[in-house]
Amino acid sequence: MELASRSAARSNVSLANRAWNIRRKALLMGQVQGQGYIGQALGIADVLAASYFHALDFRSEDPEWEGRDRFLLSIGHYAIALYAVLMEAGILPEDELETYGMDDSRMPMSGMASYTPGMEITGGSLGHGLGIAVGMAMGLKRKRNKAFVYNLMSDGELGEGSTWEAAMSGAHHRLDNLICLVDFNNQQADGKSTEMLCSEPLPEKWEAFGWHAQRVNGNDLAAVVTAFDTARALKDAKPRVIIFDTTMCKGVPFLESREITHFVRVEADEWDKALAVLEEGKPA
Amino acid sequence: MTLASMARKYEARKRPEGERQATSAMIASLAAEGYDTVNAPFGSALIEAARKDDRIVGLTADLGKYTDLHVFANAMPDRFYQMGMAEQVLMSAAAGLAREGFLPFATTYAVFASRRAYDFIAMAIAEENLPVKIVCALPGLTTGYGPSHQATEDIAIFRGLPNMTIIDPCDADDIVGMVPAMCAHEGPVYARLLRGKVPSVLKKHKPDYRFQLGKAQLIRDGRDVLVISTGLMTMRALDAALKLAEDKVDVAVLHCPTIKPLDLDTIATEAARSGRLVVTAENHTVMGGLGEAVAGGLLSRGIAPKFRMIGLPDQFLEAGALPTLHDMYGISVDKVAARIRAWL
Repeated sequence: MELASRSAARSNVSLANRAWNIRRKALLMGQVQGQGYIGQALGIADVLAASYFHALDFRSEDPEWEGRDRFLLSIGHYAIALYAVLMEAGILPEDELETYGMDDSRMPMSGMASYTPGMEITGGSLGHGLGIAVGMAMGLKRKRNKAFVYNLMSDGELGEGSTWEAAMSGAHHRLDNLICLVDFNNQQADGKSTEMLCSEPLPEKWEAFGWHAQRVNGNDLAAVVTAFDTARALKDAKPRVIIFDTTMCKGVPFLESREITHFVRVEADEWDKALAVLEEGKPA
Repeated sequence: MTLASMARKYEARKRPEGERQATSAMIASLAAEGYDTVNAPFGSALIEAARKDDRIVGLTADLGKYTDLHVFANAMPDRFYQMGMAEQVLMSAAAGLAREGFLPFATTYAVFASRRAYDFIAMAIAEENLPVKIVCALPGLTTGYGPSHQATEDIAIFRGLPNMTIIDPCDADDIVGMVPAMCAHEGPVYARLLRGKVPSVLKKHKPDYRFQLGKAQLIRDGRDVLVISTGLMTMRALDAALKLAEDKVDVAVLHCPTIKPLDLDTIATEAARSGRLVVTAENHTVMGGLGEAVAGGLLSRGIAPKFRMIGLPDQFLEAGALPTLHDMYGISVDKVAARIRAWL
């Protein structure tokens, strides 16, 4: 199935190609530093492609355009993935890719609003994004601004109590302009998320908190797009969450099959190999 | 603590029947003798500011009534958010509203802002220099509920936070003056609050007094002692100065309602005047508050007067009636006067 971008201006490139481009840029950035949260970036690439090239309204030339949909990266360490999509979206210049994580770069290892155009918030202290999203969604409603607020968070952040304060708050204030995206790759610093502090059953939990909940395969673009469409079109006066089950390192099989950890080790000679493997899987 | 040690502590501090004060004095009105009071000065000042500035909204975490924000909420219900008993989302949502161009006033108790919501204030608000105004009741020792409600270290916590402006108002005059100043200031502000019937003190001592953000002001001059005080301790210092004047001790009181940034120019100029004992006075632990800030500032400038600090001890404080506790910890008018007299 060929999924085209929603915006006519961006419709020449398929979402599969966008996702592939995001993966490639993330690998190139990882290669610059010889490390990085590449497992997460490869895993979330499809969700980011669908976010920026199907769901979100934005203007590349004006990242602070008042009518834009807001995209909050609660998980600061996923910055490498967001930089890749911001480049793909024309918000960050592609030639800055080689500065990733270096002194004076606009692309630090953990995402910060004061460094990077298009980075809405400073993430990294986990469990912050959803609460800020609640306030922004309340603010947009006050302004009668029809934009959506998206908050991308990790499964690990479901362990933070503040996430659930914000979840209750979003439902209490009937924030139908708030869409939370949970990357469920079942991996956090010390091991599997479900073995650290189990947050299951997830859709039921969010529903009990007053949210409309969906759970889909986050590496199945068609399913991801349908979930975004459902969340956006819903008429209920409640916030929406989409839980994306994703595979760490998706798109580079030899890394996928490695014993995956939060911080995937890639040896110096493996970056070129990973890029070559990705090349083989390039969509038509 | 064992039952035996608890019993020993109880016996040791037990006071005679007639000297025991009732629980009703636990969150006592702070009105000192001889001063008029203003009802809910923060709520009224915020309404007035909000009439002039559409960006202002108010949020609280189930403490509207106890931070005088209910006055604002009643007058402007469509500009008020009840966030429930959830201080972390209170601060994060205030940050989100500020991102969207609003000027949020978020209220709770000082203990909850400084202890429970600190990371959210630090990262969602201060790191991005967002104009969130945090206004907190029960600063220092203004309740007898014990450590769960006594914010004895809030100033120390927030002094370490870059971008944060800290205000400790003395009275209703300061509170009415600080609200528009907080709105005009671009970054985040943490303000301590006196609520309910708040005395008007400063204008009685200095009729042309007007709160100025970042400025220390001499409320009264004196040849023998310079008290550098903040918050309600300026009230105590002024009353202690009157008592000491009866004994021919001449006490100057320099009021520093803004603790960060501290007006070190004025403080240094006053402290450098020769021969006076310099005493700092704060409703806060002596660890990391006004006293240490003044001491560090003066030493850095090569000024080393005879120096003493009045403040709360580095302890979890007792529960009880406020007047009893203020006496016990040396911040009542009588104790302040006695300590200064003893240091001379």
